[in-house]
Amino acid sequence: MSDLLVVGISDYKVAREPETLVTYALGSCVGICIYDKKLKMGGLAHIMLPDSTAFSNRELNRMKFADTAIVDMVNDLKMLGSLQTDMTAKIAGGAQMFGNSDDMIGSIGDRNVDSVKNVLRKLRIPIIAEDTRQNYGRTLYFYLTTGIVKVQSLSRGVKEF
Amino acid sequence: MIKKYEDLCDVHIDVLREIGNIGAGNAATALSKMLNDKVRMSLPIVRITGFNDAVNALGGPETMTVGVLVKFCGEADGMIMFLLDMEDAKGIMSILIDNLDCNEDELTELKLSAIKEIGNILGTSYINSISTLTGLRINVTVPQVAIDMAGAIMSVPIIEFGAVGDKVMFIEEDFYGEQNKISSNIIMFAQIDTLKVIMEKLGIEI
Repeated sequence: MSDLLVVGISDYKVAREPETLVTYALGSCVGICIYDKKLKMGGLAHIMLPDSTAFSNRELNRMKFADTAIVDMVNDLKMLGSLQTDMTAKIAGGAQMFGNSDDMIGSIGDRNVDSVKNVLRKLRIPIIAEDTRQNYGRTLYFYLTTGIVKVQSLSRGVKEF
Repeated sequence: MIKKYEDLCDVHIDVLREIGNIGAGNAATALSKMLNDKVRMSLPIVRITGFNDAVNALGGPETMTVGVLVKFCGEADGMIMFLLDMEDAKGIMSILIDNLDCNEDELTELKLSAIKEIGNILGTSYINSISTLTGLRINVTVPQVAIDMAGAIMSVPIIEFGAVGDKVMFIEEDFYGEQNKISSNIIMFAQIDTLKVIMEKLGIEI
């Protein structure tokens, strides 16, 4: 069993087998696992917001946004020798932690999920599994030896896909 | 020019701490009236801290936490989140609701409603103190409650203010009833523009 590589909020990391990547307590944030099964290599990103284009700040943290973080992570994987056509994605998160679907914070999880899907579609990386939306927090383990993703929650138990 | 929470100097933090003190005083008075019991409070500890430190102060990202969110808007915009661990949440419920079986883990609608009410009282007490000190007109929304991982709950306000800065105002304080002690954590997020308005109203250069 290798050590866990922890991915923080607004962060991403790439690694190879036998490592395991983990990100804790995704709320309305989305965790994106991209895997290259030929090289047994992959990356995990934990994004907070759907779109960076509304923010023209120079100190912009590219790892915070779906549109920038995923593109950067895919580029990092390519630099390590992975082909974009070999990549597949699994995503989880995008929950709505507090009720009331009609207000802005409520729908941020939905917008994060939509944006992540959009970005992956443009990159032609297929989403082969997901556990998204609803109303509970999730912790994500990404096993790079197998490409399996384990989603843990306090109220809904454990899922693996 | 202040753009982020990190730019606040000691004077500004003292002002926020004082607002926290007055808010906590109001909250203790309101709780006393509601419970018909004496409620004392500790001196609040006010810190400006990062997301990870705040989550660790709650016991780590995966700790089961009760969060009550109260948003405010009007001449000041922001939100207040009241956070409790499960033990303290049960403590509050046993004070508020008679004949409560505290060993029962399940949180019924009634218990959640009690927690919401406490969050509401504390949140509005803080807002009232800001409003009274500054003369700003501020409205608060109906509280919302969630019970889940601390990190997931905390991420909600962080996302709302993620574009501004990653620091938050973290207020820790203990309330003492006749028998119980309840530790609460209150996180206040305000738009940086709101902080500026508050400081200006109080005659402090920012």
